[in-house]
Amino acid sequence: MKKAKAKIDYNNTVIKIRGLEKSFEDYAVLRGIDLDLYQGENLVVLGRSGSGKSVLIKLISGLLKPDKGSIEVLEQDICAISEKDLQELRIRIGFSFQSSALYDSMTVRKNLEFPLVRNRKHLTRKEIDTAVETVLDAVGLTQTINQMPAELSGGQRKRIGIARTLILNPEIMLYDEPTAGLDPITCIEINELINEVQQRYKTSAIIITHDLTCAKSTGDRIAMLIDGKFQRVGSFDEVFDTKDERIKPFYDYNFTD
Amino acid sequence: MDSSNNIEEPLQKKKHGFKNSLTTFFADLYNIHLFILRFFKEAFVPPFELREVVRQCYQVGVRSLTLISVTGFIVGFIFTKQARPSLASFGANSWLPSLVSIAIMRALAPLVTALIASGKVGSSIGAELGSMRVTEQIDAMEVSGTKPFKYLVCTRVLATTLTLPILATYTAFIGLLGGYLNVSLVEGISYTAFVQDFFQPLVFLDFTASLIKSIVFGFTIGIVGCYQGYYSTKGTEGVGKAANGAVVTAMFLVFIEEVIIVQITNNFR
Repeated sequence: MKKAKAKIDYNNTVIKIRGLEKSFEDYAVLRGIDLDLYQGENLVVLGRSGSGKSVLIKLISGLLKPDKGSIEVLEQDICAISEKDLQELRIRIGFSFQSSALYDSMTVRKNLEFPLVRNRKHLTRKEIDTAVETVLDAVGLTQTINQMPAELSGGQRKRIGIARTLILNPEIMLYDEPTAGLDPITCIEINELINEVQQRYKTSAIIITHDLTCAKSTGDRIAMLIDGKFQRVGSFDEVFDTKDERIKPFYDYNFTD
Repeated sequence: MDSSNNIEEPLQKKKHGFKNSLTTFFADLYNIHLFILRFFKEAFVPPFELREVVRQCYQVGVRSLTLISVTGFIVGFIFTKQARPSLASFGANSWLPSLVSIAIMRALAPLVTALIASGKVGSSIGAELGSMRVTEQIDAMEVSGTKPFKYLVCTRVLATTLTLPILATYTAFIGLLGGYLNVSLVEGISYTAFVQDFFQPLVFLDFTASLIKSIVFGFTIGIVGCYQGYYSTKGTEGVGKAANGAVVTAMFLVFIEEVIIVQITNNFR
């Protein structure tokens, strides 16, 4: 279950967030977030439901606009770049959605081809087919290539969702609740896949979850998001070595009888 | 997470704290206006999604064809049947083909086609895009470097705008057949004579007005369906509302546009 040590380049920050604030109507979800994600690192963001974890990665990918603060991704300021540059930057970021967000009307093959065909127009049919087969092989689902998303299980959908982001060879992966709603065995498989992606594709990742098993097995560093701020950031043991009543229940629920 | 704060989301309603339905109505009107401007800004700038436009044209045609065939035929048949007694009281039965042609070409064909398409195509677009929005498929498209507005909205609006005139022409033809069947059963008139009488009162303006109407109706159905679906929120409930809103709003607007276009084109007669 314990994660293999990753090669992290602490001199290379791929995501730099400073003073990030975001409110929805009158409710302040994020109240001044500072965060650095280093090259090759898997950072897990933990927090209760509705604490703003998903909002954070939607802000990073430019799906939402922050009220205040700055987000630098791969040395580009998300809030200041043009729409064209943002689109090009997004190709370098993989986003795995909580709901998998597979295109219902397309087969698995078409789902995987879609970002490739639209962003790498020079590719031949053969190159596209090879890329599709490679990512399907990476997630271990080559047999599903002609199936429709509705015919897949929850775990398979998650894997195909991850494969679809991998097809563009992203430098950063953003996982939104990768193990939510899955059985324990599939959760373990998804956790292993996240680590495999880190090793094989040399990605840096932010993993949003409230599943401590996922956090422990995939995270190089854990950031605890409570009341709109990161209350504790560090290794798994460092974060949970506390008597803070807002943090302790997370650990107790998962690991104490 | 509610996607209502998506970058593309028009925020006016919440931003200004609009509470009552009247202000919400005007906020919607303002947002649709922005939506239409965005369509013109993106639809005619490369890269063009021609393949998707053709696919959508096919979808629009296929979705409506059966219903339009049946409805067009019945409209032609019933209209002829109902108009006969009135004309017969003046001894003007021979005018029946002319009356049918004017009614079908000037009003019934574009209107019936638009109403059928609002129900079949508009609701389908609203539900499809609504479902894509609430299941984050539109967000997924956006983060993978595709412009979802261009790919999903522009293609569908262009498809309805281009396809509706074709469908309206088809409805007119089927309506003509319906009218002919009724006339031939009662009066025993030949097909050639019927067609001759059918086209005799029609002028170029009738065809042009009908074409313009169909284009406007098609554009309206596409825009309304896409707007309702694209900004759908609140999960499956939102999808239902998007589909319903697409039909009701499009039908309402089609009638308003019919009145306006008739007023304008009649000035040229």
